[in-house]
Amino acid sequence: MLCDICHDNHATVHLTEIVNERIVEMHICQECAQAKTQNLNEQLQLSGFLGGLTEAFGSSGKKPPKLKCKSCGLLFEEFKKEGRLGCGACYSAFREQLLPLLKKVHGSTRHAGKAPQGIAKVSADRIEIEELRLRLNRAIKLEEYEEAARLRDQMKKLEDNK
Amino acid sequence: MFEDFLKNQGSWLSGKGPESEIVFSSRIRLARNLSNLPFPLKATLKQKEEVLKQVKEAYACDKKLSKAQFIKLEDVDELDRQLLLERHLVSQEYVSSVKGKGLILSSDEEISIMINEEDHLRLQVLASGFDLKRSWSILNSIDDNLSRKLPFSFLPDLGFLTTCPTNVGTALRASCMMHLPALILTKRINKILELLTRISFTTRGLFGEGTQALGDFFQISNQVGLGLSEDELIENLIGVVNQVKGQEIDARETLLKKHKLSLEDNVWRALGTLKNARLINSKEALSHLSILSLGLDLGIIKDNDLSLSAPGRELLNRLFIILQPAHLQKIEDKPLSERQRDSIRATILRERLS
Repeated sequence: MLCDICHDNHATVHLTEIVNERIVEMHICQECAQAKTQNLNEQLQLSGFLGGLTEAFGSSGKKPPKLKCKSCGLLFEEFKKEGRLGCGACYSAFREQLLPLLKKVHGSTRHAGKAPQGIAKVSADRIEIEELRLRLNRAIKLEEYEEAARLRDQMKKLEDNK
Repeated sequence: MFEDFLKNQGSWLSGKGPESEIVFSSRIRLARNLSNLPFPLKATLKQKEEVLKQVKEAYACDKKLSKAQFIKLEDVDELDRQLLLERHLVSQEYVSSVKGKGLILSSDEEISIMINEEDHLRLQVLASGFDLKRSWSILNSIDDNLSRKLPFSFLPDLGFLTTCPTNVGTALRASCMMHLPALILTKRINKILELLTRISFTTRGLFGEGTQALGDFFQISNQVGLGLSEDELIENLIGVVNQVKGQEIDARETLLKKHKLSLEDNVWRALGTLKNARLINSKEALSHLSILSLGLDLGIIKDNDLSLSAPGRELLNRLFIILQPAHLQKIEDKPLSERQRDSIRATILRERLS
């Protein structure tokens, strides 16, 4: 029997794959089998795995437009493949996409550790306002105007407190 | 370079740290990036050199680091890079290429900083025994001092920003290297590893690739770094390590109670092999050393049975490290084939265990 992939070598590996919910039997040669497992291993690397998670847990399954970090030029598509970010600004550029991923990986999206000595201590209020701003944007997008008004008031209250 | 590695042993190898019978060593690392430059992934060589320059100008502000060596990886030859790797001072990824990379290393090897690995800085404290709190206090103060001089990339709500989002937040990874031979002999280890994974702790072998645990050493570390403070993360790891340690002690007692004779037989046979072999590969040497180490902990063999000149624990810890390929080649000062290494390894064992 000849290899189903290269049609040159003798098929020595027999494997069953599920492609589009259909069982496919393949008879392939050693070389093609190796290429195939390598392919599989690459797919299973953590980096790609992370990128995959952003898809599964990303914002409501909608295909995002070509997102790009203006600071370092990294495309969100690249992050999905590599699992690595290009600079600090990427966290702001891809914030909405990253938050669900962080939640999944760490079980939290709120830093509770130390801060660098060099920067001024940022008050808890500022963090909360930032969070409210995000929720407000989401509410507006979803046309939940009542929720949006409530969030706006809450933000204003915090801002006035300062 | 690094000739001292063969003479001195890094303090983390001394076996003198607290509770070092089961917990071989403790390590904490922090990832930090400079906010004014792209992460190494996107940085040009020039930008990486800028990182090196900024760090070089800043590091001596810390008293503990002021005497440390600043090394450009380009100036380190291939064998010495492997040596650093075998001593757990740098990572595989770090030594895979040399351009634009740097290393700050304290003379006792307790403190090291990789520059331009995955992140601009990877600061590490590696200590002997079960010593996470002291390690953290050293690392925390170095981090504080550096953060006064260097603009670390940080957001109040997400914490320290890192190349890989799995590190963001505290960007802290704490780990303990544990020697768990009795859990392996009693086949309880798999259950424990499974439980650890379920509560978000990672385990991997200390020697060898991937999850293969040569010499019965396992490294246990936290997986999560966001949402908890550094102290909480470390407390949690201490709790987990204590649990695993308790299980190992329990398994050791079971072995002594139920299988004393076979255990003694294993230990003495291991010593016999190591004292007499003419060719021995790293895997076999590590597995016998592991059993000897257990025998020493349980009083089956005494210091004098191993060597008349060095304390047993210290000797074994040292052998675990120096029998690795790059160390052997450094000792012989020339490249060695696998067979030559097996022969030298056996010779060193015979000389030391006498």
